[in-house]
Amino acid sequence: MPAESPPPLLRITDLRFAWPGQPELLAIPRFELQPGEQVFLYGPSGSGKSTLLNLVAGTLVARHGRVELAGRDLAAMAATARDGWRADHVGIVFQQFNLLPFLPMIDNVLLPCRFSARRRERALRRDPALADAARRLLAQLGLDQPGLLQRPVGELSVGQQQRVAAARALIGAPELVVADEPTSALDADARDDFLRLLFAECAAAGAALLYVSHDLSLRPRFSRSADLVALNRAMAAA
Amino acid sequence: MNALPGLAWRSLANRRYSAGLSVLTIAISVMLLLGVERLRHEARAGFLRSVSGVDLIVGARAHPVQLLLYSVFHLGEATQNVSWASYRAIAAAPGVAWTIPLALGDSHRGYRVVGTSDDYFEHLRVAGGQPLRFAAGTRFAELHDAVLGAEVAANLGYELGDPLVLAHGAAAVNLHAHDEQPFRVAGILARTGTPVDRAVHVSLGAIEAIHRNWRFGTRIGPAPTRAELARVDLTPRAITAFHVGLKDRAASFAVQGRINAQREEPLSAIMPAVALQQLWGLLANVERALLATAACTVLAGLLGMLTAVLATLNERRREMAILRSVGASARTIFALLLAEAALLTAAGVACGVVLCQLLLALAAPWLGSRYGLILPVGLPTPGEWRLVALVLGAGIAVGVLPALLAYRRSLAEGMSVRT
Repeated sequence: MPAESPPPLLRITDLRFAWPGQPELLAIPRFELQPGEQVFLYGPSGSGKSTLLNLVAGTLVARHGRVELAGRDLAAMAATARDGWRADHVGIVFQQFNLLPFLPMIDNVLLPCRFSARRRERALRRDPALADAARRLLAQLGLDQPGLLQRPVGELSVGQQQRVAAARALIGAPELVVADEPTSALDADARDDFLRLLFAECAAAGAALLYVSHDLSLRPRFSRSADLVALNRAMAAA
Repeated sequence: MNALPGLAWRSLANRRYSAGLSVLTIAISVMLLLGVERLRHEARAGFLRSVSGVDLIVGARAHPVQLLLYSVFHLGEATQNVSWASYRAIAAAPGVAWTIPLALGDSHRGYRVVGTSDDYFEHLRVAGGQPLRFAAGTRFAELHDAVLGAEVAANLGYELGDPLVLAHGAAAVNLHAHDEQPFRVAGILARTGTPVDRAVHVSLGAIEAIHRNWRFGTRIGPAPTRAELARVDLTPRAITAFHVGLKDRAASFAVQGRINAQREEPLSAIMPAVALQQLWGLLANVERALLATAACTVLAGLLGMLTAVLATLNERRREMAILRSVGASARTIFALLLAEAALLTAAGVACGVVLCQLLLALAAPWLGSRYGLILPVGLPTPGEWRLVALVLGAGIAVGVLPALLAYRRSLAEGMSVRT
């Protein structure tokens, strides 16, 4: 008997989405992501990358099709339950301006733990206190210089800010980390550092990584890549 | 979400200048609102305090409010007097326990002179039934003895034995002085918080004495000498009004009816509490206008806050998107903005309450001396708490608008910051 493959972490089936009053932006028949997989999703600007990430995270819901995340169909859930599901299972890194300027660095990292008991518990499995978990992650991401934690986050360099955002996405070991062009504001050295650390920490946490970018030069670093333009029937038709 | 107030607070602290201005605007408007309410409340309480224990006030026929105002509060003038014979008749009537005669019309440096008898010190009650107390000296012993209200003595710097000259009429600057018959300070009353504090009291005989050979407000003959005054009968021919205390308060209506109906002389007997009610009835529109004005400033303050919160809404889209990405629901965003409005309003109200107390403490001496209003500094009254609750409610209601806008936007846009 063939071994049954484990269920995918993310399964998109027949997804269709349009912003109100606009033509259809996304029509994706099928897309899957396995647990622990690191996938590069290529998409030029305007191809609906960010919209797709919203649909995967459950902050937007398509009028047609299914987005199954960690075994649940997001569209079938109540809005608040969907938000809880996102808090439990997804960490997100934006292109830039990831941090709340009025919170200290540690509190920024711990934000998901305010909204998810599961992430809180998982963060406490390895560390005695949440702040320790945040500090350990920050240290692994190279943010352990003395005095750095006390700095207002607005004074950090963009590269440092992105690493704080990565720590936030990884705290409490969610199954999926979604990154939306996280290196586009970084210079080449900072970008390489960031990617290396992100790969390592995702692997350490056992998190799958869905990395969306228009920068094709990053593609060879990933074990698998997909082209949103090819996936998206709506674009192909246009 | 237990983390919510903390987030709202830190987000506000990050915008402390604009938030501080919003709080200040609300605080000033709340101060005004509470000040008006306190003033209104204390004016009523103070006026009622001034007539405690008096069952009837009798004077020449007049509107009850007019009679009340000139006989108790030294506001306005009587147009007619009450004859001594009528006064004695009513004072001796069955059911009447005591009377306090009042002869008004003179003044001393802006303070009214009250010609009266020992009954005044015997029977007048202030501040919920307390008799008048002397801070120094005694009642009238000599004909030209004066007993000063606490404030007259304090403001004019009089001490026992000091001489003073009364003036004819109530104007502060007066050409017709009764300067040939100077008075002597015989007693100084303790402070009462009523118009008593602003009166110069002399005996009825003294009023009669200084007006001998006066007609129509000016001297028409030689001033009487001390020897003459000792010889003549100084029983007044008329007084301005008098207070009546009854043996049985329940008889008030009967006695009042009898006085109002008697034919010998047209008199009015009024019940002070009823006349006060009429007065408040007359002033109700003014009170309402004052309160409405204060309420409008509160509204303006809240709209100022609304403007401030709405103005930041756009630049905070990133903040909302981050919160959404870490698991906040659109409802949490709604609650966050509502909590912010509630925090701003609450801080404004709290500062307003404190400012109001400060203002009252600063203005108390002036209000007391100028208008006889005693405004106690202290915790808000139940009426003021009601206003505080109303303002808080209105602040939260105003906060619903930005909260709703952010809620709808975070539902429509998700984590995207569409610019």
